[in-house]
Amino acid sequence: MREITIPISDETIRSLKVGEPVALTGVMITGRDVVHKWLIETFIKKTRPPQGEDMQVYAALKPILAGGVIYHCGPVVSGLDTKQYKFVAAGPTTSIREEPYQADVMRHFNLKGVIGKGGMGAKTLKGCQEVPGVYFHAIGGAATLIARSVTRVLDVYKLDFGVPEAIWVIQVKDFPVVVTMDAHGQSLHEVVEKDSARVLADLLAQ
Amino acid sequence: MRDLTNEILELIRRTSSDLPPDVEKRLRTAVGQEVPGSAARGAFEAILKNVELSRKNSSPICQDTGTPIFYVKYPPGWSTLQLKGQIRAALAEATRKSYMRPNAVDAVSDRNSGDNLGGDDFPYIHFEEVEGSQLTIELMLKGGGCENVGAQYSLPDNRLGAGRDLAGVRKAVLDAVQKAQGQGCAPGILGVSIGGDRGTGYVKSKEVLLDELGTRNPDPKLAELEERLTGEANQLGIGPMGFGGKTTVIDTKITGLSRLPASYFVTISYMCWAYRRRKMTVKGEEIIYA
Repeated sequence: MREITIPISDETIRSLKVGEPVALTGVMITGRDVVHKWLIETFIKKTRPPQGEDMQVYAALKPILAGGVIYHCGPVVSGLDTKQYKFVAAGPTTSIREEPYQADVMRHFNLKGVIGKGGMGAKTLKGCQEVPGVYFHAIGGAATLIARSVTRVLDVYKLDFGVPEAIWVIQVKDFPVVVTMDAHGQSLHEVVEKDSARVLADLLAQ
Repeated sequence: MRDLTNEILELIRRTSSDLPPDVEKRLRTAVGQEVPGSAARGAFEAILKNVELSRKNSSPICQDTGTPIFYVKYPPGWSTLQLKGQIRAALAEATRKSYMRPNAVDAVSDRNSGDNLGGDDFPYIHFEEVEGSQLTIELMLKGGGCENVGAQYSLPDNRLGAGRDLAGVRKAVLDAVQKAQGQGCAPGILGVSIGGDRGTGYVKSKEVLLDELGTRNPDPKLAELEERLTGEANQLGIGPMGFGGKTTVIDTKITGLSRLPASYFVTISYMCWAYRRRKMTVKGEEIIYA
């Protein structure tokens, strides 16, 4: 398995191909539905004025996301009372819900990697070619196993979004993923979708 | 009336962290069918490793601990009001103990309650009075990813060429599986109801999943369709996680309901591979978990 350290260079990103298993090490953040909507509205399309600590959080996120990775994950976290946070269960959530936002977030922050499950669509695939970036697929439901790759919780922002939707800054070691969308316009999800659509058409004709 | 809060807490712990044996057995069969070194094989290997670790650590199999759905069958003499209070208290405690993720988000304010209690209907509890002396509580945890790919068809459906008969039901179910791709955490288990109104269709398509895997509908026509759908869904080649592979669907269960002359619904509840369901039986002083 190929070992890659975050931040990731353009050269490394371009060398990754669909189907390649990768172990990621470094600092990344979690961000899912509420976070993507908030990033787009507050900092990218600016349809909503920043509120409270929004600008400070933005300033803190920028260096982590430059060359960095975002993980579509709503973890189970222990130590909420004592703030001695620990990831107990942390598998990926379904990524396609971020399809309207992801490519713009990638371009804005120079984000190199998106981790999730189920794959994403044409808009994100185009974003991967331009930035360049890749989509890493983690194993859905393998939450206890993946949580073992999270060695430390470094910080948390926007905890008022709720534990699953907050921005958790995590240190990971050998986080296991597979490249399913690369920077060259290849998508495993597109291939499987098309092949299965052909089989379905045959079955429906019977 | 006996206080079962701690026993229900144990039911929740087991449900979230200990995958039932019939589901695990199917996954162990499926891993051997994928090509060594393939992404599909790797997915199954990670899944099985995770199943073992979660059981050992009492930690959630999946971080999405799902919608908690309780099915309570109680003999005369039990108070459903008190049982509901005990279930809610146990769920809040399970959330504190990290067996469960705080999962109840107010859809209007977007606020997460933090303890898995959200209004009167979260968790959802079905009560049914039964004869005899045993109380049973079954718990199903159904994650959001697989719930999102559930579907309801109103037949006839011109696009699919699906009429109001079992041939039409077949087409609707296959279409739903193809649309789901890997997004419901394939391989899935399909709960299908035919008939009902839109509401009972979804309720019953989940309830039919409670029976052990491999249990066939007593009606031979439906039993045959169950087997056929599992086989044909696997021809789609979507595979675990949508990586492409041999196993897309583990099992299919169908139930027939009454319908209005005007309506013919086919409702599909897609259950992810991490099918978490457990049952406790209160038999006198004894508590039996299965």
